[in-house]
Parts: sequence; structure tokens; C-alpha cells
Amino acid sequence: MFKKILIANRGEIACRVIRTARRMGIKTVAVYSDADRHALHVRMADEAVRIGPAPSAQSYLVGDAIIAACRSTGAEAVHPGYGFLSENTGFAEALEKAGITFIGPRAHAITSMGDKITSKKIADKAGVSTVPGYTGTIEDAEHAVKIAREIGYPVMLKASAGGGGKGMRVVRDDEECRDGFTRATNEATSAFGDGRVFAEKFIEEPRHIEIQVLADAHGNVIHLGERECSIQRRHQKVIEEAPSPFLDEKTRTAMGAQAVALARAVDYQSAGTVEFIVDRDRNFYFLEMNTRLQVEHPVTELVTGLDLVEMMIGVAAGEKLPLGQDDVKLSGWAIEARVYAEDPFRNFMPSIGRLSRCRPPEASEHVRVDTGIEEGSEVSMFYDPMIAKLVTYGDTREQAIDHMADALDRYYIRGVSHNISFLNALISHPRFREGRLSTNFIADEYPEGFHPGDVPREDPALAAVVAGAVHRCLMDRAAGLSGQLPSHHKTVSPEWVVLLDGGHVPIAVSTIPGGFEVVCAEQTYRVKTSWQPGAALFDAKINGRHHCFQVDRTGVGYRLFHRGAESDVLVISPRAAELARHMLVKKPPDLSKFLLSPMPGLLVRLAVTEGQEVKAGEEIAVVEAMKMENSLRATSDGVIAKVLAEQGQSLVVDQPIVEFG
Amino acid sequence: MQDIITQLADKRAAAKAGGGQRRIDAQHAKGKLTARERIELLLDEGSFEEWDMFVEHRCTDFGMAEQKVPGDGVVIGYGTINGRLVFVFSQDFTVFGGSLSEAHAEKICKVMEQAMKVGAPVIGLNDSGGARIQEGVASLGGYADVFQRNVLASGVVPQLSVIMGPCAGGAVYSPAMTDFIFMVKDSSYMFVTGPDVVKTVTHETVTAEELGGAITHTTRSGVADLALENDVHALLTTRRFVNFLPASNREKPPVWPTSDPASRQEHSLDTLVPDDPARPYDIKELIVKVADEGDFFEIQPDYAQNIVVGFIRLEGSTVGVIANQPMVLAGCLDINSAIKGGRFVRFCDAFNIPILTLVDVPGFMPGTSQEYGGIIKHGAKLLYAYAEATVPKVTLITRKAYGGAYDVMASKHLRGDVNFAWPSAEIAVMGPKGAVEIIFRQDIGDEAKIAARTEEYRQKFANPFIAGARGYIDDVIMPHNTRARICRSFAMLRNKDLKNPWRKHGNIPL
Repeated sequence: MFKKILIANRGEIACRVIRTARRMGIKTVAVYSDADRHALHVRMADEAVRIGPAPSAQSYLVGDAIIAACRSTGAEAVHPGYGFLSENTGFAEALEKAGITFIGPRAHAITSMGDKITSKKIADKAGVSTVPGYTGTIEDAEHAVKIAREIGYPVMLKASAGGGGKGMRVVRDDEECRDGFTRATNEATSAFGDGRVFAEKFIEEPRHIEIQVLADAHGNVIHLGERECSIQRRHQKVIEEAPSPFLDEKTRTAMGAQAVALARAVDYQSAGTVEFIVDRDRNFYFLEMNTRLQVEHPVTELVTGLDLVEMMIGVAAGEKLPLGQDDVKLSGWAIEARVYAEDPFRNFMPSIGRLSRCRPPEASEHVRVDTGIEEGSEVSMFYDPMIAKLVTYGDTREQAIDHMADALDRYYIRGVSHNISFLNALISHPRFREGRLSTNFIADEYPEGFHPGDVPREDPALAAVVAGAVHRCLMDRAAGLSGQLPSHHKTVSPEWVVLLDGGHVPIAVSTIPGGFEVVCAEQTYRVKTSWQPGAALFDAKINGRHHCFQVDRTGVGYRLFHRGAESDVLVISPRAAELARHMLVKKPPDLSKFLLSPMPGLLVRLAVTEGQEVKAGEEIAVVEAMKMENSLRATSDGVIAKVLAEQGQSLVVDQPIVEFG
Repeated sequence: MQDIITQLADKRAAAKAGGGQRRIDAQHAKGKLTARERIELLLDEGSFEEWDMFVEHRCTDFGMAEQKVPGDGVVIGYGTINGRLVFVFSQDFTVFGGSLSEAHAEKICKVMEQAMKVGAPVIGLNDSGGARIQEGVASLGGYADVFQRNVLASGVVPQLSVIMGPCAGGAVYSPAMTDFIFMVKDSSYMFVTGPDVVKTVTHETVTAEELGGAITHTTRSGVADLALENDVHALLTTRRFVNFLPASNREKPPVWPTSDPASRQEHSLDTLVPDDPARPYDIKELIVKVADEGDFFEIQPDYAQNIVVGFIRLEGSTVGVIANQPMVLAGCLDINSAIKGGRFVRFCDAFNIPILTLVDVPGFMPGTSQEYGGIIKHGAKLLYAYAEATVPKVTLITRKAYGGAYDVMASKHLRGDVNFAWPSAEIAVMGPKGAVEIIFRQDIGDEAKIAARTEEYRQKFANPFIAGARGYIDDVIMPHNTRARICRSFAMLRNKDLKNPWRKHGNIPL
């Protein structure tokens, strides 16, 4: 076994590999760019070596720098993680030449699976089913019908030069096929000046399901079942799970057998993943093979009880796999949600900056948090803005989902935007709960993007009850303030009104041992909690059911965060609530007339003056954020009525820059 | 006797009706509460003791003899906020537009005098059209009487003004002399001369809101401290604010129990200061992480943002915080921030509130606008205030403490009691680059040499040790221990006793 290995990666995966290596008694070397000098993975490793400036092309992607780091530290092997150099044949070969072991497959497997056409050919040969299609040029409509019949309807006709849905037709019978061919050809000609069209099997309600394989240098190949990764946004996986709610044992076995066959065909050694697309009738077709550890590998680890990194290291050291196919037992259900620093309500724009607060849920037998970030870390523009992989485990899918909802409630992140509202909306969506997934899930369910209205509403009484308990706790404490008039000490009334979502909710809050009793809409809620002022999480058993709310104070009110929903509440006396009805509802300013800064940054250029006419698309201002220039352009023709910011000024997000006339 | 009791009931009813239902409805329609409703929200339920309900004006001209409303447009008395005594006057816009008569002024003076005698804050809820013109000079005299008491009460009891309607002309000078001014957005304004006069004299067209609204005074002029959403929000915020304040200059700040341990460590503070000395960071993160329960009541959050001031609690007791903000103008001191900080320091000192100063200051702001504007005199205000202050003073230098600005920001030399530095602190006459360009003037143009000299200077001075060697820094502390070390320092200073030499009063550079 190796004495020391180097991890040629950063973030959560570097930390994750270091953890396993440490458990195996192997010393670890981290590498880092200037941006990661204080990163968690650097501190976790036994040694750390700087490999270059922040951009990955000058650091994490520089193979020579990593080999030099191995030499200077005496590392015998390199674990590449995922991304960066993990599927780079040149790097694997360079390591081999330098006499350093690559903890991954051999260069030959990487090369052959890295090329779409080669991999498909090898798959075909190995008896792996691939998406039926005809890649030659279709001559005419009758030719199209002949090919379509061979493939089997439904069939998709696609422009060879295509893109953006133009020249694309789904046809379901001969009639449609003739018609579709003509239209697709015409569209392709007018759109791309190239009328060539090819045909492919159209996959209905496609699901992304992949098989984890494991192979050693002694010819042993096994598979560890599947992962379903159908919940994707723009081809980025968002939620993954194992097993798939869709597969039956027969399909699983068949897919597993094909994946193993493919691995054998390329003499695979190490952990790898064979990705399939599965249609609604459980026909499955090979997509590609990933010759590395996948981001979503933890769900497989939780249902198999295996440590894939340990297996990879063992295989690389020449050991035999410690188990055979029959020893692989899947038990329970695991779900992974990718927590990202991005704003789901602003078209998922990455949100960079300092995590002033970041407290993941506590790890347990049901919760695993893989992260390379901690409170005070910076989400940098240079790398993927992932904060963590949150993985939950239960005996059943339902339990795993419930644990996920709870874990998301506990994930306390401040300072950058995050996608927890979105993740919560996904896992609590009835269609998700039923397991009716497809790679179009997000596009189907949120066709116009994700909006605050898409956040599922929980029982609003619950928020009122929690706000009432929090307020009562703070008022009781305030009643203990020093300097009160003798014999006129403050007593706290049980009667309050919660102002929530524009409505008035009257409540009565009394203290009981270990918590509060709240009466709301004639219902009694017994709130058992040990919450103390200042605590971020309001953890409570409410009428026997467990709930966790995030509570922030906002001056005289509170902001509650629960099940992805944020609510601003005010708790006031009934008399104050009565008087509050006189307060005018102020219309929020009409911001459509303003150009707002989309991010915090520096206004480096202002291209317009007051009274100037601008055309749609014309540049108005340039905001620099994290050394990136963002050009802000007019969305329609108009006149600049007022300039509201000066060149050189620091802007906060949503700060108006100009007002249109 | 029964007759008297009936009359009493009638008079009380008349006083409570104020200017009548029609005017009350008009007040409500504007989103404003009446004088009595405001007092109800401000004080603990049922705690208000009203005085002078039967006071009437004494004017007989212009038909005023027939128009009398018991109370004469202002409601006064005392009550409690969280069981603690406060005095209050609340102007009633429904009665003669809340205008100030001689009798009205006498009522205000009455609560102020009583507040000074017993040592409790005065809270004024202002909603007044101005002088009672029918009374002429008697009304003006009334204003001056109020001003005089504002000044006598200054530094004796905290005085708060909540502007909840018009406040124009001479009337503005009473709130101006109180310690804090809160304004309600959209329904309050303050100016010396209104838009009409402005138009006539300077030909400027401006609305009342633009000229003296809550946003104007909390962002441009710095006259007001907070802009609040509406009457309810303003009054609830005032209650929350009073919980921080000592009742008078004879008392220590109030204390309440907290479960937030003084020993709480915040490891993320170890990475708060970026490696690149030119990169900003948000000093408010430090304030919030040091404060009990993360609770920070910021004063003037939208004005002179290069300095941050406000109140926190440490181990349950109020502390005033003054901090340079690297996010704005790199945290430089300029005219506005010096005035903002200086006034806050003096408030804390007057009322025995310990002062925590967080320093990251590259110096005073250069430029003609600053020099012509009198940065020398205004910067001196902050220096004077710190030097004069005898309350416990704990100072933490997080990064830059350069030049004269180092001296100003509660340095050891200005009787700072405990002066800490983080390892990232640089205490020097100026930044390495500027220093090298002066010391090695002959090398300018030779970039390699300058770079080497700069590095040499940085090695020598960009650390807390030179200052530490002279005892200007009591200790270098790890950022994650900041709360514990500061709490312990203030605990040690609890019985600090320091007096300035006797004098009539000092002569702060106004």
C-alpha cells in the first residue's frame, strides 16, 4: 500500500479523499492555487504545495506542476478527484512516465471512452445497447420512412448542422415521417444553409440512470447498482439518488451486466460509471462512460456500505477487489442534493463572496455532508460555486426525502445566495415524491424559471406559532432588564398578533415547562424547545412533530426560513395591530424604469448622460465584479432621464444606475 | 361634587377627542396615528400617567378665545418602557395643527424639568405645523424656553426625537439639540425654510420630501439617525432603542440576562481580513460576531458609511461601537465621518456607555473639497471626543492604523484602556508604498529598488510588533478569540474611575 498520496484537486472532493486516505493510514499531500491558500483541503492534508495562481488553467490543470509536487513531497500516487485532470490521458501517461501511480483507470481506457464515436463503437461490439439511429445523410422522404421503420417509432429527425431546436422533428408513423422529413429539411436549409438531416430513436420521458462499476487489475469487474440522476438543470445534475425508483430487478441486472461487459472490453481498472438513458418502457441505451469518480458517488456508498475511494486506492496499489458481485447488497435509499452558491430567483446566477455564516446540518447515520467550504470561506469566481453535497439516507425513499427536507432546513448559509429554496421545492414536489422523474423534470415543472411563488407553502399557522414563541422568549428576557421602576416591573402579556404575508394572525402564547403553548385559530400548539435568544436554529417539537426554523432578527421583526420559504414577520400587541391597520401600504417603487446593478461591484464605465437617447442593446454601463467586466445594455429604446450613480462608485446589488424617461 | 366629577369627565372626553373625529380621520387617512395612539404604542400598556390635560392657551386675538381644546395640542406625561421610566410629549396635529403656543411649550418644559430631576429619558413625538402664529412673540418665547431646557438636559438625560409629521422653521432646533432623531418615511419632514421660500429666494424647485424628508436627512444631511417605515415601526424601534440606554448620566447602562457565552469563539474571523491589503471587507461582520446574540443597533446606517456607529451588548450590558468601514472609501476618515463618530463618542461618554473602537483606517481623506470644507477642524472633533472621554475604552486594530488617524481612533495615547491588535495589524505613519516614496525619494523611477524598499518597509512596519514593543498595543489577539478578550477587558474596566480637570466646559472645535 502507498505511504503517501497527492490529491490533485480542491474543494469537497479533495477533503473527501483525504478523509479516506487518513483512515487507511496514508499520508496526504494537498495542492492549491493562490485563491485556495486558506482552504479547508489545504489544512486537512498532512502537507500542501502551491501550484500556481488562481485560474485553474494555471494551477489545477497544470500536470507538470502536480508531478513536481509529487516529486518534492515523495507522493507515490495521485488521486485526481473529478473534473480538472481526472480524465486527461496526457496526465495519466505523464504520471506513468514519472513512475507515479494514477489512482484511476489506465490511459487506454480513458482515451477510448473519452471519444464519443470510439466509445459507441466499443459499446456496440461489447453488446451494450446504444441509441438506434442512422448517421448517414437521408436522401428523401421514402428513405426516411425506411430508416425510421428500422429504428422503430418514435423517431427524431435532426438537422446535421443543427442546434436550438431548429430542423428538429419527432415523428410517430410513416405519414408524419414523410411530412416531418420535408419540413425538417426546409427548416435546416433556411436556418443553417445545410439541409442534411439524420435520424435517431426518440426517447420518451428520458431518465438518466447510471451504473457504478468497480474493476481491479486481476480481471475482476463488479457493478454496484445504479444511480438515477434525472433531475438536471441545463444538463447539470441537481439531485441524484440510489437506487432508482424506476428500475426493476430485471432491468438492473441487465444494465449491470452490460456495464460490466463494457468495462471488461476496455480492460477497465478502478471505479467508473456507465451512463444510460432509459425510456418510459425501461429500454435503456448507452450514453457514455465516465472514467473517474463521479460527483454523486456518495449515494452509492451509502446504499452499498462501501468506500469507493478506498476501493480505488486499493486497486491502484494492485490489490484485488475485496468482494465479488454476489457480495454486493443494496440496502436503504440515499439522496444527494447539490447545494450551490447561486440565486435560484435570479435565473441561478452564481453568487460569489464570503460566507459570513455557514453551518451545515450535523452529520449522522442519516445525514452526510461533503464540503470543502466552511464559515468564512470565499466562494470564488474561479471555480465551481458548489457549497456542499448534502446526502441523506433512510430505509425507504420517503424517509430519505424527509431527512433531506430536514437537513435543508438546518443548512444555515448567509453572505451569499444559495439554492436551498429550489432544492426543497424539488424534493417536496408531488411528482418527485411519486418518483415520476425525467431529465425534463425541471423544464416541465418550472418552464418560466423558478420564482418565489414556486416555493411550496407550508401551513402558515406554523410560522405564526414559531414567531410567537420566539417573540415571547425575547419579551420575557426583556422584562428582566435592570433599572425598572420598583413595583412597576414589566409583565409580559400572552396576547399577540403576528403580521405575516400581509395578514393578521392573533395568537396567545404562554410559557410551559420546556417551551411554550401557543393558541392560534383555536388550535393549541405545544412547542417544546430549548431555543435561546441569538440561536440561528429554532429546533422544536410542535405537537409531537419535529420542526426546524431558521430565525434571524430584523430590527423589531423576524425573518423565518423553513422548507425553502422565507417570511418576514412582526409580532405586536393586539392594540398595535389594530393601529397598524391605519398604516398605508406603500407601493414598492417601479423598478422597471431603472437600470439596476445585477451584482455588487464597481461602476467602471458609464456610457450615457442625462437626456441621451439609447437604442435597445446599446451599452449603458459596465460593472466590474471580481475582476470581471459585465456590460449592462438597454433592453429597449428610450431616453436616459436621470443618472443615479457615478463612474468609479461601488454599487450594491439592485442599486439603480440610471432612470429611463 | 357630583357636578365637578361630571365636568371632569367632560373635560377628559374633550381632551381625548383632540381636534375632533374629522381631523382624527384625516390623520389616519394619511397613515398617521394620533398623539395619544402613539403614546399607547410607545409605552408599556397602561403605564401612561398624563399631566396637564386641562391646560388651555391664553390667546384672545383672532377669535382664539372661542377655540379652546383642553391640552392645547400636546399630550405630556410619563410611563414605562420595559418597566423603565421615560417622560414623553406627543404633539397633536389634530389640535391647531399641533402648533406651539406658550401653554403648549410650558407643558413640554414641564416634563423635561421633571425628567432631569428624577433622571429619566425624554422622548418627543413631533408632529407640528410650527409656531402658533395667533400668539405671535409668545409662541417664539415658548420655543426658546424649550431650546433652553434641551440644552440644560443635554448630557443629563437622553433625549430622543421622533419626527412623525411636519417640523419646520424654528421648531427644528429642539430636535436638533436632542441626542437622536428618528424620522418616519414619507410622512415627516424637517427644514428651516420650506419649498415655497426656497423657490422665492434661490429659485430652486424642490418638494418637501426632497428638501427635508427622512431619506434626505438620513443619507445626505446626516441630521437624522434613522428613517423608519411608518408610525408603528418607528415607535417599536424607539422602544427597542431605549432598552440600550442608561436612564441618565448618573446611571450605568442597563443589563439583561443573556445565554450567549462571553467565551464564544468565531473561527471565521480568522479569515475576515483578506490577504490583499487593498481588498475591502465588511467590518459589520466583526461587530455582529462580537455582539451578544449578533444584535447590533446601528445609528446613521446610511450616512457617512465609512464609519459605522451603534450599540451592542456585551455580557448583557450596553457598549457603543465605532468602527472604520473598509467597504466605503477604504475606511478613510473624512469630514462627515469624523462628525458622525465624534458625536457618537460624546453621547457614550456623557452617559457612561463603554466604547469599543474597531480600527482599520488608512488615514484622512485627501483633496481640496476636504481641506476647503475644514477637515482640520472637523477631524479634530473626533480626536477631541476620544481624548475627552473617560468611559472604559477598548480598541482593536484589525488592519491599517496609519498616521494621524491611528492617533485619533482611541489610541493608547488618548487614554485607551485596553488596545488590542490582530496579527494582520499594521501600525505605521503611512502605507509602505507612500513611506518608501518619501524616504527613498532618490530611487523613484527605479522600480526594482522601490519594490525592494517597499518590501523592506512592509517587513519592518506592517505588523503589530513595533507598536507592541512600545506598549502602544497591550496584546496581539487571535481573531477567533476577539469576543472573549473584549468582554473580559470591559469586565475588568467595570469600576473604572477617571475624571477630567474641573472646568466650565471644554472648547471642542465646533
